[in-house]
Amino acid sequence: MSTLHTVNKSPFEKSSLDACLTHVSGGANVLLLEDGVYAATKGTAVEQRVKEALDSVKLFVLGPDLLARGLSEERVIDGINVVDYAGFVDLAAENDKVQAWL
Amino acid sequence: MKFAIQINEGPYQHQASDSAYFFTKAALEKGHEVFRVFFYHDGVNNASRLTTPPQDDRNVVARWAELAEQHDLDMVVCVAAAQRRGMVDEGEMQRNGKDATNIDPRFRISGLGQLVEAAIQSDRLVVFGD
Repeated sequence: MSTLHTVNKSPFEKSSLDACLTHVSGGANVLLLEDGVYAATKGTAVEQRVKEALDSVKLFVLGPDLLARGLSEERVIDGINVVDYAGFVDLAAENDKVQAWL
Repeated sequence: MKFAIQINEGPYQHQASDSAYFFTKAALEKGHEVFRVFFYHDGVNNASRLTTPPQDDRNVVARWAELAEQHDLDMVVCVAAAQRRGMVDEGEMQRNGKDATNIDPRFRISGLGQLVEAAIQSDRLVVFGD
């Protein structure tokens, strides 16, 4: 049973990413979208936390939401996969359920 | 695959309605079925036919209505959430003695049972909100 977890708030505004990463078990997939994409960028205060999470979960970030915030894909932490909306749909279909951390 | 979509946030607030719209559009383009789009909490404000954004801005309500028209989407607005926020269709206008309606005809007002049914009937329920 795999779950796609979605996090849509910046880690500098809300604690939903931290709550999500603390909860998820190995093999889970986490998609960062909307303001959540800030967590996927290099050089932030949460970079280490995100890198550690990559040891046990797969992380994805929504490309259009990066671009909407003026963030290029080069700024994304290595190991995080950039997907578009079609990729988001694929992730939702491939996992057994989708859990939004609102 | 069958998807159900739930939207808990109004238009032009943050991004939930936009994200849900682009997800729904992408799912339909991939050949998936969208069983129902359910508007809950402040999400009911996405159904106002009186919405008039500036001309150079996206029209969130019209965009949903067009997608629904193209794909015969079932877009349901939660009745209790709608009543609290003054979202009214013909039936609600008469039932509650109001003098106007403001729901776009592509949306319909119904109960929470429609969300439960959508969750049961669909393979995935994807929630967008604040």
